[in-house]
Parts: sequence; C-alpha cells; structure tokens
Amino acid sequence: MLANLTALLSTTLRMATPLILAALGGMFSERSGVINIALEGIMLIGAFTAMAGSYFFSPWIGVLAAVIVGMIIAAAHALVSISFRADQIVSGTAINIFAAGITGFLLRLIFGDAGQSPSVQDVGTWKIPFIKDIPVIGGVFGEQIPFVYIALILVAVSYWILFKTPFGLRIRSVGEHPAAADSVGINVIGMRYIAVIMSGFFAGLAGASLSIGLLDLFVKNMSSGRGFIALAAMIFGRWTPQGAMLAALLFGFADALQMLAQTIGLTFVPRQFLLMAPYILTILALTGVIGRSTPPAADGDPYIKEEV
Amino acid sequence: MAAGNNLAVEMKGITKRFPGVIANDKVDFELEKGEIHALLGENGAGKTTLMNCLYGFLNADEGEIFINNKKVEVTDPNVAINHGIGMVHQHFMLVPPFTVTENIVLGKEPTKNNMIDYKTANQNVRDISKQYGLNVEPTAKVQDISVGMQQRVEILKALYRGADILILDEPTAVLTPQEVEELVKIMESLTDEGKSIIFITHKLKEVQSIADRVTVIRSGKLIDTVKTDTVTTNELANMMVGREVILEVEKKEANPGEVVLEVEDLYAKNDRDLMALNGTSFSVKRGEILGIAGVDGNGQTELTEVLTGLRKKEKGTIKFKGREITKPQTKRLFEEGISHIPEDRQKRGIIMEFKLYENLILGRHDRKPYASGINLNNKKIKEEARRLIEEFDIRTPSEKVQAKSLSGGNQQKLIIAREFDRKPDLLIAAQPTRGIDVGAIEYIHNSLIGQRDNNKAILLISLELDEILSLSDRVAVIYEGKIVDILDIEDATEEQLGLMMAGAESEEVEGGDQVG
Amino acid sequence: MKKWKGAIKLVDKDISEKKAKYLQKQNLVDFIVPIISIIAGLIVGAIFMLIIGAEPIKAYIVLWNSSFGSLRGFGEMLVNTVPLIFTGLAVAFGFKIGLFNIGGDGQFLVSYLAAAYIGYMFQLPMYIHLPFALVAGIIAGGIWGGIAGYLKAKLGIHEVITTIMFNYIALHLVGYFTSGPLKAEGPLPATPKIFDTAKLPRFVPTMRIHYGIFLALAVAVLIYYILWKTTFGYEVRATGQNPDAAQFGGINVARNMVLAMFISGALAGLAGSTQALGLEYRAYQPFGFVGYGFTGIAVALVGKGHPLGVVLGALLFGVLSRGAMMMQSMVGVPKEVIEIIQAIIIMFIASEYIFKYLARKWRERKGGVADAS
Repeated sequence: MLANLTALLSTTLRMATPLILAALGGMFSERSGVINIALEGIMLIGAFTAMAGSYFFSPWIGVLAAVIVGMIIAAAHALVSISFRADQIVSGTAINIFAAGITGFLLRLIFGDAGQSPSVQDVGTWKIPFIKDIPVIGGVFGEQIPFVYIALILVAVSYWILFKTPFGLRIRSVGEHPAAADSVGINVIGMRYIAVIMSGFFAGLAGASLSIGLLDLFVKNMSSGRGFIALAAMIFGRWTPQGAMLAALLFGFADALQMLAQTIGLTFVPRQFLLMAPYILTILALTGVIGRSTPPAADGDPYIKEEV
Repeated sequence: MAAGNNLAVEMKGITKRFPGVIANDKVDFELEKGEIHALLGENGAGKTTLMNCLYGFLNADEGEIFINNKKVEVTDPNVAINHGIGMVHQHFMLVPPFTVTENIVLGKEPTKNNMIDYKTANQNVRDISKQYGLNVEPTAKVQDISVGMQQRVEILKALYRGADILILDEPTAVLTPQEVEELVKIMESLTDEGKSIIFITHKLKEVQSIADRVTVIRSGKLIDTVKTDTVTTNELANMMVGREVILEVEKKEANPGEVVLEVEDLYAKNDRDLMALNGTSFSVKRGEILGIAGVDGNGQTELTEVLTGLRKKEKGTIKFKGREITKPQTKRLFEEGISHIPEDRQKRGIIMEFKLYENLILGRHDRKPYASGINLNNKKIKEEARRLIEEFDIRTPSEKVQAKSLSGGNQQKLIIAREFDRKPDLLIAAQPTRGIDVGAIEYIHNSLIGQRDNNKAILLISLELDEILSLSDRVAVIYEGKIVDILDIEDATEEQLGLMMAGAESEEVEGGDQVG
Repeated sequence: MKKWKGAIKLVDKDISEKKAKYLQKQNLVDFIVPIISIIAGLIVGAIFMLIIGAEPIKAYIVLWNSSFGSLRGFGEMLVNTVPLIFTGLAVAFGFKIGLFNIGGDGQFLVSYLAAAYIGYMFQLPMYIHLPFALVAGIIAGGIWGGIAGYLKAKLGIHEVITTIMFNYIALHLVGYFTSGPLKAEGPLPATPKIFDTAKLPRFVPTMRIHYGIFLALAVAVLIYYILWKTTFGYEVRATGQNPDAAQFGGINVARNMVLAMFISGALAGLAGSTQALGLEYRAYQPFGFVGYGFTGIAVALVGKGHPLGVVLGALLFGVLSRGAMMMQSMVGVPKEVIEIIQAIIIMFIASEYIFKYLARKWRERKGGVADAS
C-alpha cells in the first residue's frame, strides 16, 4: 500500500516536471501579453536537441543545447508576432508543424530511423542524502531525475522574479496595461521579446526533461500535446508559478494514475477519463465554474503605439 | 510675452500629421515658470496631441521644443521625464491590479538585494504624499480606490520622478465638484512650490477660475494666448467654437406636426460603468429638425446608442409614435421606422471590405425584395444599388467596388442613401458631416432639409455648432447627460450656446469675469 | 447656394481613379502571396533534399507522377484530398465569422465514431442508412464545434484554447468507446464493421477512392452558396468583417457565432464520417491525431478562405501527402520534408503581414501624409 503510494507520488512528480517547466515558460510569455502556442513545438525540438547533444557529446551539453535552441526558435516567434504583428496563433501553429517536420527529418537523416533514436545517456538521478531515508517522502523526493529538482527550484525562482523584482513588475505591467508601462518609459516591445525568449528557455528545458530525463531516447512526436497541457496548467494556475506548479502536479497525478492503474488496482475508472481530466478541468476553470481565471489584460494584442 | 529666461517650456511651430488629418498645424506654445496655463479647445482640436508631443509619447513631424531654455529632442517619455516633465493622462495610465505604490514606482523601483524594497517604496510614497498634500493609500490596489484617489496617484507618479512641469489632461472630467475643489487647491500649492502646470480642458468655467493664462486651439491651429483676467467667458467661447460664416441653407419655414419621439428622464451608463445620461428629456416632431449641440463626451454617443437598441437604458421612457418602447431592439426599431446615421461610419456604419451593393442592404438584408426566405436576390440587390448610387450621387466606378475605396464623403453618402431609402419616420443623424469635403457636406445638408420638408422627424446630433445652427429648427444643448435647455432657432445665438455647452450659466450676456 | 466655410477639420479628397486602381492591385497581392508561399515552401524543401544528397528535381517529378502519372495514383491522391477539403472548409468558414477553429481533429474524431456507430448499430435500406449515418456525423461534429462557439459568444473565452482542449477530450473519449463499450468482439481495437448499406460506394473495387469526393465537392459548392447567396451567409461575413457594424445592422452576433461554429465543426466532422463510411468501414481506436485538422488550417490559409481556393489547396496538400510516401521509397527523401514544406508555406502566408507592413512603411517614408486609412 505504502509502496503504491510512494510509486504514485514519485511518478506524479516526474510526469509533472515537463509540464511545470513548459507552463512556467508560457506564463512569462503571456504575462507580457504574448500568447505562445508554440510551446509544443519548442518542447519537441528541445527534446531532439537534448538527445542529439547527449549522443554526440554528453547529457548536460544536450541540456544546454536544448535550452539555446529553444530560445532561438522562440526569438523567431517573437519576431513574427511582435514586430511583424502576425497572428500569434498562426505563427505558433506554423512552428509546431515545422518542429514535427524537422525533428522527424533529422531523426531519419542522422540516425536512420523514422520512429525513434537510439538510446542515449540520460542525465541520471540525483540523490539527496538525508531525505532519502525518510519513509514515503524519501521515496518521492530522495532520488529523482535532476529535472524534478530544477523544476521545483525554478518555480520558486520564477515566483521571486515575477513578484519580487523590478523586472517582474515591469513584465506584468506590460501585459496588463502596455500604454501605462510605455508612459513611464518602459520598452514594451523589448520586454515582450525577453519574455518570449524566456519561454523558449523553459520549453527547451522541458523538452530535454522528456528525452534525457524521463526517458533516454527521442521518439517521434514525443511531446504529444504536453505543450498544450502546459498551457492548460498555466491557465488553470491563473498565470502564477505556484498555481501552474500545482495544476501541473494535478495533471501529472492523473497521468501517473492512469499509468499505474493496473498495478495499484484502480481498474474501475477507465484510463481515458483520467487522461481527459486536465482538459475538462481547464475548460471549467475558464468558464468560471472553478473560480474565474482571467488572463493578463493585454494578452494576445499587439501593442501599437500612437493609439493614445 | 514674458522675458525669455522665465520660460519653463517653449514649443515652436509644432506640426503633427496622422493619416488624413493634420492634428497640429504649426502651433506655438509657451509655459512660464510657476504659472497655471490652460490649454483650451473642443475635442479633436489637437490639445492632447500637442502635449503628447511634449511628453514624448508622440514625435512631432516638425517644430522645436525647448525645456528650461534648452533645446530638447523629446523622442520618448524617458527624455521628458529626465527633463522634469510629468503627464497625467485623461484616461489614467494605471495598472489596475497593482497597488498605488507599485504604480507610482514602476520603472524607478527602490531595490534591496535585487528585490523591490516595498518598505522603502511605501515609505517614499507616504512621504511625498504628505509633502504635497495628496492623500493616497499606498497598499491599496488601484482597481479598488476612488477615481479621485486614482488621479492623485497619477500626479504623485509624476512628482515621484521629480517633475517640475506637470501636464494634466482633462483632470476634472471624472471628478465630483468637491474633488475638483481639492484638485484646485493642490494645483495652487504645487505652483507655490515652484512647479509649472499645463492643464488641458474644454470647460470654460475652470479656465477662468484656475488658470493664469489660456491658449486656445481650434482645428489643430493656435488661435491665441491670453491672460485669463483680460478676457470674458464669452470671448473665450467664441475663440473655442469659431465664428466663421455660416452656411446659409435655403430652407423654408418648418411646419412641425405631431410628436414622433418622446424621451423622458433617460438614464444610461457608459462603457466605464459611469452614468452618461442623467435624466435626458426632449421630444422631436414630424417636419422639424431638432439639433442637439454639445461638447463630445457629454452623453451624445450613449443617447444614440440607447435610441437605436445598441445600449440598454437604466431608467426612463422612450415613446415612438405614441407607443412606449420598453426594450429597444435594433431590428425592430428599423421595422418601426427609425433610421440612424452613426457617428463613426467606419466602425458602425459600413463594412469596409464589403462591396457597395452589400453595404446598401445592411439592416434590410433579410427583407423583400432583397431576399426571399433565406436566399439573397443578388440581381435585385445590385439593381437597387445602382438606383441609389444614381439618386444620391455617390461617386464610384460601379456598385461592385469595395466600400473602402470610396472617399469619406461618398462613404457617408452611401450610409445616407441606405438610411433614407428606408423611408423612416425618425432619422437620427450623428455627426453626419464629420470628415467630409465641402461638396458632400452641402449635399448632405440639403438632403436632411429635404427629408424634413417631407414631413420626417430628424434628430441631429453634432459637435459642429455651425451645422446645428444652420440646420436646426430647435436647438437643445446636452451637458453631462442632461438637456440644459431647448431653444427655438431664432432665439439661439452662438455665445449662448457656447456657454451652455461649456457648462456655464446661460444668463451671462455682458462679459463678467466671475463665472459660477 | 453659398459655399460652406466653417470650422473644417479634416481635408478629404475625392477618390480618384488612381486610388481605386491601387486598391485593386492590393487584391492582386492577396492572390499572389499564396503562390509565392508555395514556391518558397518548395524551394526550402529542395534545400533540405540537397542536404541529404537527394535530387530535388527528380523528387518533385516523382511527386507529380505519384498523383498524376496513373489512375491509381490519382485515386489515392484524392483519398487524401477528401478530408482536407472538409477540414479546409471548416477552418475557412470559421475565419469568415472571425473565429479560429483549431478543433478540426477533435471534431473529426467524434464524427468518425458517430458515423461508424450508426453504421453498425442499425440495418436499414441504403438510401436511409447512409444519410442517417452522415447526419449523425454532422451533428456530432457540429456539437463539438458549437460548444466552443457558445463559450466564445456568451463568455468571451478564446476559441483557440477551447477547441484545442476539445481535441484532446475527443481523442480520449473516442479512445474509450472504441476500446471499451463499443468495441467489437475479437482482437481488433475498433467498433464492429458497418453494414454495406451505410458504406460510401467506391468507384472501382481496386481503388480506395470513394464517393466521398462527390460529397466534398458538393459541400464546397454548398458552402459557397451559403456564404454569398443567403442571408445567413451575409450575416456571417458581416459579423466576421465588422461585428460593430453587424450589430448596428440588427444582426444577432452571438447567435451567428454559435451557428457558424456548429457548421464549422460539422464540416470538419464530415472529414471523419467519410473516413469511417468510405474508407475504414469502422471506427478504430485512435492513437493520436491524424492531423487533418491542422493541415486544414494550412489549406484554408492557402485557399484564402474561399471554397474554391480551399478545394485547390486541398488538392495541393493531397498531392504533397501522396507524394510523400512515393518520394521516400523511390528517391529516399524522408516524408517529413512534406511537413517542413507545409510549415514554410504557413509561415510565409503568416508573413503576408510583413509584406504589407514593409510596403506600408515604404509608402509612408515616400509620401509623408499617408493615405487615409
């Protein structure tokens, strides 16, 4: 029984980690007023890059590469959406399609296989000496893939950045009332670029956590919608780091539940209903049934000056 | 005027253009140190644009700006702020979910260990709040505080950044009379401390009681700059609204018939949830044109929206052809016989991407002969379109052209054609000649007279006093959501109307310096 | 008549022949951009081919021949085209009312299941059974889209988020039914086979192409008719272009949004029902999205939202899709290149704004006072 609980919670943490990371990225972007539908695609490219980096160099080089590539792709999205005022959804969707195409292409090209890459070295696990020995908690937190710890730390860091630093205040102002920010001399466009590139950082990291964290290889289309679930977690979490984390944990829990359903004897709930849960919850959150979830006021609107 | 070295601000030859309009046309402006200088003009005259150029929110196309006798290129607000200029905008630039302190220190936050030092920030806010006598609650969220306090926050924002020159854009627009008094006291104490203030307004009363000097702008051009104790309110009113030759439309005497529209005690809110109509009452008869004059923002927009079913009323009655309309619905109103020429033709009146013939049936698109059942009768629609184009002299190569390729005047004619063709009993025309060239204006005016002579009732709402005076049989003035008075055209003079429009008492005949 | 000399603010010139011609040129630009985008996509695709050492010309010839070189190939290509016509129309119809329907894949799935269900649950004469199954599919897809429309109209919730959510809900819902309550006996993860009376007939037994192609073309014509020849279509287009003016004209904006999203969902759904009734004859458990919904977005963008353009766009992507397999087996070009080409095309079309933006900036710098916009 206890072993089941430990396994469940431990798996929850692991499954939630990519979501937490991506959701943090989406949050920074949207807090500045830019919708980033491309999280899914950036995650996928990040996963591939991390795998390739690990294959040719080492796992942590892979992580670094994933993060850098993520930021570059995000910068492209920023350029098209912010400076060229293209529709943010169309631009993001194009990136997602491109990501699927290019990762499949490179997979075939470099590794000769269409479905998955060979196994590579993953980042392994970190052990925390004292905690490891505590019952249950030890099993959950004592030894985990590094990404779990990184994600949790980043949640705290993000909270600190967003709500405690001047930078965070300004980002939020740009997303809520860009004209007000402009009126005190804040560079609205610049801030948005930074926020979107940050989201690329997080999404790339999330992708790395998939391919060389949870697994040790890259599978075609392995992000399989997690980028969108991360957006859902962000919305459900009301655009706060702690909220996104909790929502992601909830979704991760549903995921873990359906994965371990057999072993823990939870067979009466069809696995698909557990899989559906995150999406239904998000819609309910949006409709206000579970508390109103309102995005930053300027979310999605290009900032056009001279409209004072 | 004054000795050159006493000028806080000098703007020379400022010109700013937008697509299709010259907002500022070689305007000169100067502000002396320690004075309160009013910038007076109607809405759209160019006052805010001029100040936005000073503040760096906009960049002037031509002209120079001198701050404290030094030439400055004000490229963005940071430059202006660094030179001691602060601006309090008409529509507050405050972030609603942030606290008062956060709004004030945004962009110049005191920090400790890379974090915002809220303790110091709050204390700073309390300190300058006390220094200038501007009472605010530092930790309250802006969305929760009163409008008066929000304005004080905006002022503190400027003072926090060391502003010596303050620009206030229509500061009293959203204040209660008591709050206005407080604001005046604040302004006076600020100038006592050596600050210089520019405040933008369209209200004559304030100009005389608050300002030392006033600059009047009309249609983007500088009219004059005078000391407020050397002019009368009437003279100011004239400068503001203009005294050119009025169009003399040849029209017969009006022959008003029965009452078609009766509005009693109408109350309605605007988009900001404030009451925009405060007990409006008037009536319109067949065969007459009732003109409603007023400065923009006194409820005209909301009035037309309520009467056409686009906004709901809070209280009051509307009677059309004798019957009360409890819940005005646009479609039904069309059928009953109300037509509407909207004030913003590009927003409400036409669909730019649609072709002319498609625009001409908007609102009737599901009625015969344009449609039978669900099917459109395109052939008939085009036929009718050609007829209307001919009848109303719309200049266009064909009915198949998109509306956006028409000039403003012809777009307006399109709308008029559509609305007149409905043969309404009541026609509501809001700013019918806004942005139109001379030839089209003539045409539109004559059409309106023509409809009136055809025994229709016309409600004309216009910001152009000349237009009101030349077309109306009776003139009403709307101010702060109420009809101040309704005069017969013979009794209405420009001075009188100008005074009423600006909220002054209409008793003044000879120039008195004290108003209200 | 004395001339008007008043406090004139705005100077507004009468439109000359010159401006009308200029604006007509704008419409020409609208036409050219998709073509440029396609060419750009093909060029980028060629670059990727060169990278891996394949020959682009040869590859593109194979691409062409795979669809137009034989009757069989042509038929196979049409098999791909049919669902794309439907999903392309779905997205295009959504665009017309100003909404972005990304939920095509979810609408596809619910309709797929509904049609298959009617197909095996009942046994009726063909002229009743087939239409019945199609209608079931239409209603299922319609509801799936209509809910998103309702949430947008009444609560202002962005339809992009809701339709994406509904995609995944559909995926798992259909997965549940096809592996659980509605699963056929035996090892196949699918519903029972549908009766012959519910099947969309095939042209010849040897080719997979079915009468769904007729349905698709007929529906395209129908959508054209609805949009430009009916009062409802008029209202939809008006609302999409200018909701304020539409409201002014007495149009019920909210009601139209819901109806339009219902129709959009139904259209995407038809892609699914024809898949079930014409191709697979049962509803298989889905293991991911087939992707017709997303490709439909590209189709609608290329086709500039017009039914005829959508058909041509669907044809293009159908050819690309058919060619993908062939290019891979015959010239060694990975089929992912097609996805890359697709993405580049979308990017270029999204960049239409860049073209217009740059053109505007250039004009402004030359002209001073820009044209009255």
